[in-house]
Amino acid sequence: MLSSRLPRLGPWIAKRLFTRNYASIYRGRYNQSTRNSFLQPPAFQQLSLNKLYNGAMIGKHNFLSTTSNEGNEQKETISVTFVDKDGEEQHIRVPVGMSMLEAAHENDIELEGACEGSLACSTCHVIVMDVEYYNKLEDPTDEENDMLDLAFGLSETSRLGCQVIAKPELDGIRLAIPAATRNFAVDGYVPKPH
Amino acid sequence: MQNVVILQARKWFSRSLSSFSSNPLKVCVVGSGPAGFYTAEKMLKAHQQAQVDIIDRLPTPFGLVRSGVAPDHPETKIVINQFSRVAQHEQCSFLGNVTLGSSISLSELRKLYHVVVLAYGAESDRSLGIPGESLKGIHSAREFVWWYNGHPDGRNLDPDLKNTDAAVILGQGNVALDVARILLRPTAELATTDIANYALAALEESSIRKVYLVGRRGPAQAACTAKELREILGIRNVDISIQEVDLRLTPADEEELKSNRIKRRVHELLSKAAAKPRTAGLNQRELHFVFFRKPDSFQESEDRTGHVSGVHFEKTVLKGDGPGKQIAIGTGEFEDIKCGLVLKSIGYKSVPVDGLPFDYKKGIVPNFRGRVLSDTSGDPTLLEEGLYVCGWLKRGPTGIVATNLHCAEETVLSISEDIEKGMLISSAALPKPGREGLLQLLQDRDVRIVSFSDWEKIDSEEKRLGSSRNKPREKLSTWDELHKAALE
Repeated sequence: MLSSRLPRLGPWIAKRLFTRNYASIYRGRYNQSTRNSFLQPPAFQQLSLNKLYNGAMIGKHNFLSTTSNEGNEQKETISVTFVDKDGEEQHIRVPVGMSMLEAAHENDIELEGACEGSLACSTCHVIVMDVEYYNKLEDPTDEENDMLDLAFGLSETSRLGCQVIAKPELDGIRLAIPAATRNFAVDGYVPKPH
Repeated sequence: MQNVVILQARKWFSRSLSSFSSNPLKVCVVGSGPAGFYTAEKMLKAHQQAQVDIIDRLPTPFGLVRSGVAPDHPETKIVINQFSRVAQHEQCSFLGNVTLGSSISLSELRKLYHVVVLAYGAESDRSLGIPGESLKGIHSAREFVWWYNGHPDGRNLDPDLKNTDAAVILGQGNVALDVARILLRPTAELATTDIANYALAALEESSIRKVYLVGRRGPAQAACTAKELREILGIRNVDISIQEVDLRLTPADEEELKSNRIKRRVHELLSKAAAKPRTAGLNQRELHFVFFRKPDSFQESEDRTGHVSGVHFEKTVLKGDGPGKQIAIGTGEFEDIKCGLVLKSIGYKSVPVDGLPFDYKKGIVPNFRGRVLSDTSGDPTLLEEGLYVCGWLKRGPTGIVATNLHCAEETVLSISEDIEKGMLISSAALPKPGREGLLQLLQDRDVRIVSFSDWEKIDSEEKRLGSSRNKPREKLSTWDELHKAALE
């Protein structure tokens, strides 16, 4: 009896691990990375899994690396430097597979994330300070480009922090948080679309 | 010497505002949308002892995030989590059901608080000023959005979606695209969103099959952005119609596109869509992008008096050579589009209150970096002490949610500078009643305040109702239902 069940058991287990692993990591990460959070984000509980795939804080890359690293206790980390609007530097270590937005929040770095990584805003906009690192990143998707369109202080090497996922080649990357008020001139102010 | 002493005294008094807990800074923010909440958040960060009260005339917070963002854009509403955390901050209070101008006057608020920040947005509309504008069947997009989003003031709009197969939308910004999309999207897809149930029912019975998005100028001037355009071009079962001739660019257009990434991508999307072969007849619904048409008048129906039956347009050409300065000039040639529903999406407008300087031309409160000016002369030294603005009331009705982040940073910086320089001295020297004073005054006037935890009762009830219908929430959309859920 057991032998007839076994072949179905394998895929069944894999599927549970797959979905539950994804969802619980997702929620766990969110809880860790949000300061002063009182509640679980209700919106996420309604979003279908498909929507999570498209815009999740973890992102496609992280998902793949998570399952492939399943069972590894010690995650490889890379060195990342955030430079804030006043030029102050903060050096942190980021586990491979984590997004820069999550990493910033876990280290109390002031990077806004209004839509919490769902590619629906541009508030986690960062500027990759060295073009060699910028080139190591995968091209932004149409969805990311749509949001970058609206970012303040957009530059040639701008990306959304929630879409930059730590990988070994990015060790030493420096990210600048744009000075928002630069674009806020009273004179010659160009209204942004809504 | 005397001046130096006075200056030092002023600075001491004003610093005493923030640093002594016996005289904490009392701030009132009017409006609980993104501008209000970002202002509150940045104030609390910059002034650790400040007490911030956010008032709103609705029992529900979050402004346009709740009542403006389309039901099929739930990701844009996620920022509510961040705003909720601000409202739950120890030194912050949300006070719903409190209306500036009727529950309390602006001058009373300014007596109760050291700092008042007006962030109540724009709840009115620009009008076209053309004949027939008051015919039935013509609504502003703002009202239509309030209607499908369950805003208690939009609930009774009752737009007639059954008398016609065509709707004309004037304007080509993201709000225009939102209302077009809601009219065209298969209702099965809308049924699992937080759209108001009565709106869903009306849309399910809608006979509208053709939607026209009409702009006075060309594609290079369309105010929509890539994401929204891409989305509407991909709606299931909708045929897109764009005239390739309209996509031709003037030299000034080319200049505009060269320096503007958004417009470049919008033009690319429109060009691709125009080039695609039409599958006429296979799809049930049509979306037409119409350019270079200026509304001249609205036509009245012969069968249904008082009701709109079409829009009379004048064809336009672009004049003006500077990029960004091209305007639409009428050519004297006219064209009609028959329709039974018109939605004007030509811009929101703010509403002034008693005691508030107002620039009627721009539709905003005259200000300098968020500091309210006493008149519209632009003289930055004529300041209304302790009075500030943020959001659409400050900048005009443009921008996205995140635009208010930066707007709030600027206003809060102005407030901090003014405190530092001792400019709030005449009102700031003494402690102010703040929240206690406000609560007392409102109690005397029998105003039932809705607190944030009262809102959470509304929130839970809406989610509970929604869960049985496979919706994230079922909005309570009448004043009665809202008050009942919050206050009983």
